[in-house]
Amino acid sequence: MNKPFQTPIVLLGARLLSPYIMVFGWYVIFHGHYSPGGGFQGGALLAASILLMRVAGGRTVAELQIKEFATTPLAVIGVMIYFATGLVAVAMGGYFLDYGMLPIPGMEPDWLRYTGILIIEVGIGLAVMAILVMIYDNMVRGEDYG
Amino acid sequence: MIWELELIIYVFLALSAVVALEVTDMLVAVVMMTIFSFLMALLFIAMGAIDVGFTEAVIGAGVTGILFVVVVFRTSRKSND
Repeated sequence: MNKPFQTPIVLLGARLLSPYIMVFGWYVIFHGHYSPGGGFQGGALLAASILLMRVAGGRTVAELQIKEFATTPLAVIGVMIYFATGLVAVAMGGYFLDYGMLPIPGMEPDWLRYTGILIIEVGIGLAVMAILVMIYDNMVRGEDYG
Repeated sequence: MIWELELIIYVFLALSAVVALEVTDMLVAVVMMTIFSFLMALLFIAMGAIDVGFTEAVIGAGVTGILFVVVVFRTSRKSND
């Protein structure tokens, strides 16, 4: 964004606050099956920390953190993780997203379900984060996109 | 929850909504909408819907505010009232 003035205080505050928001986003994703929250909320928190740095620092900081062309492949990877987990369960003879049928050896069935939910939520969080950052980038770049 | 505290939150909710509708400066309206969203999240959590309140606090008070600020800076105002 083009700003009328530059101040280092805002950038310093954003740099102080952004890593803690990101750590809390990962906490929400990884505790999604015990506590409130999950993939969508954690991904939105990750996107909020990245968008905070982008609003405070402008395009030069955005190029250092996550580049603009990297958002679409990240979203595609997240969706692929989701559907690959579901379709592997189908291929092993269960229903779609049947976590108990995942082929991970040496694991009890309840821990297998925990792990399946965790894999799904990491994929969802990655997709939500990438798409929210992509919406912001396209809105900032405006009509001369593409 | 304590009903006096809930009543105070409701009063501030209505105040922020009225201010966001009536003010002419768009940036003030965006900030008022963010405050509305955060108070709404507090009310959701007080009613027991922790998941809904969490989503409202993250999306409504965080990401949507940033996107509306971008819209305010990208557009211009023709009339000067």
